[in-house]
Formats: sequence, C-alpha cells, structure tokens
Amino acid sequence: MTIGIEHYLTISAILFTIGTLGIFMNRKNVIIILMSIELMLLSVNINLVAFSAFNGDLVGQVFALFVLTVAAAEAAIGLAILVVFFRNRGSIAVEDIHSMKG
Amino acid sequence: MSFVAIAFYVFASIAIAGGLLVISSRNPVHSVLFLILTFFSTAGLFVLLGAEFLAMLLVVVYVGAVAVLFLFVVMMLDVDFVEMRQGMMQNLPAGATVGVILLFELLLAFGARSAEGAKSLEEIAVGQVSNTRALGNLIYDDYFLMFQTAGMILLVAMIGAIVLTLYHRPGIKRQNIAAQVARTRDEAVELVDVKPGQGI
Repeated sequence: MTIGIEHYLTISAILFTIGTLGIFMNRKNVIIILMSIELMLLSVNINLVAFSAFNGDLVGQVFALFVLTVAAAEAAIGLAILVVFFRNRGSIAVEDIHSMKG
Repeated sequence: MSFVAIAFYVFASIAIAGGLLVISSRNPVHSVLFLILTFFSTAGLFVLLGAEFLAMLLVVVYVGAVAVLFLFVVMMLDVDFVEMRQGMMQNLPAGATVGVILLFELLLAFGARSAEGAKSLEEIAVGQVSNTRALGNLIYDDYFLMFQTAGMILLVAMIGAIVLTLYHRPGIKRQNIAAQVARTRDEAVELVDVKPGQGI
C-alpha cells in the first residue's frame, strides 16, 4: 500500500477539524482555544509541505517557514495579552472579556 | 506494507490521538504535553516527506519554545480549570455538527485532487543537494526580503510581549543610575567644623 498526497491531506483535514472542534468545545478556556489555533496552523503547514514535496517545488516549504514564524509570534503575543488580562481581572474566562461591549 | 507506510500510519495516528486529547483532557498541563506529542509526530511526518529542515524547526521552535511558553503560562495562572470545563458538553453538538460538515467538505475537495493519480511517497524526487541546503539557497536568494520581514515580525512580537507584561511594582527601591551620576560634590559632601570635646 503506497502513501499518496491524499493521505497527508486527510491527516491535515482531520487535525484542522480537531482544532475547530476544540474552539467550539472549550468556549470558556482561552488557553485551550490558543492551543486549538496552533493545531489548525500545524495542519495548514502539513498541507503546504505535502504539496511542496509531492509537486517537487520547494517554495511551499519556504511559505510553511513563514507560517511557522507568524504562529510563534502570535502565540507569544496572545499569551502576553492573556497574562496581562489575568493580572487585571483575575480570570481568563471568555465570558468575562466583555469590557469593550463587543 | 512498506516501512514508509507503517511509519506514516504510526505518526499519523499518534498525531490525531494527541490532537483529540489536547482538546479533551481535563488538565491544561496535560493538554500542553499532548500538543508537544502532536508536534513531535508531525515532525516525523515531515521527515517522511523529505522536509528535514522544517521537521527540526518544528521540534526546536514549537516543542522548545512555544509549548514551553504555554506550559509556563498554564502553571503561572491560578485559575480553577475544573469550573471552566462546565458547559463543555452542551457545546459539543454544535461543534460536532460544524466539525463533521467541515471534515466532509475538506475530504471532498481532497478526493477530487487525489483522483488525478499523484505520485506516492516512495517516488518523491529527492534532489542532489540536501533539503536544508536547497531551502537555504531559495531563502537567501529569492526570498531574502521576506526572510528579513519574518525576522522583523519576531522582533516586534518580542518587544510587544515584553512591553505588555513588564510591570513595575510601586514602592520598591530601585537603582537610579542617572541620579547617581548626576550628583555633585556640593550635595554629596558637607564640611562640618567640629569643636574639640563636642559631638556633632
């Protein structure tokens, strides 16, 4: 049995769905939501690398590198905002984040 | 079944099981550890694809930096995570509906792609140069400006995180170097003429 690109795309689709499901299920916990976003970005990276490898074009891996960079920056900023919010409010529940009346 | 196929299925099942445990485990610390497991097995999938550089980058950046950052924050915040999990099951039907529809759509789109009869993992063309060298050539020649921009994004993120979380506690004595350097002899030394047999 050979492994084709569709296997990789299936793994990526399943991981992306798990990330979406994580955001829906853990509506109260911002940390789990951030981890779900990381899972989704990881699945995007799997897609990019799979297409890059199976099409023989390295540019996809360069783009995956940039996605990785932005994901790391996003995680750092998101966690910093979370720490500041916890320091001011003493809670990280999503329903407490309503001071901007959004 | 070839070795590559067995390795693929092992890494893929570990990655999916880890992802499921990330969103469903009771303790957020366990969630972070399962996230690390998912990243590790995805790095294995990348190695199978011949993308060694990105696999190592995934291990270094995600496992070494991002996951440890998550771990620090989870352990630092004093939050009742058990209370937070209430109402999780009532969100499950809506989430599962959206998830199933999304998965179905994605697999439908990918099924159309795979019908073209693409190559298999064993017949990927491996170039003469290593993956890292080829990526380096590409990044430093054609994508140099974008590479610099990525570095700038990381710098901005670092400064932003420091500025956000830096917190000067009031009422603590700190060294003020400018005030120390700006002292003159007149305000630092006082000449007192002490009479004999008397104290000051």
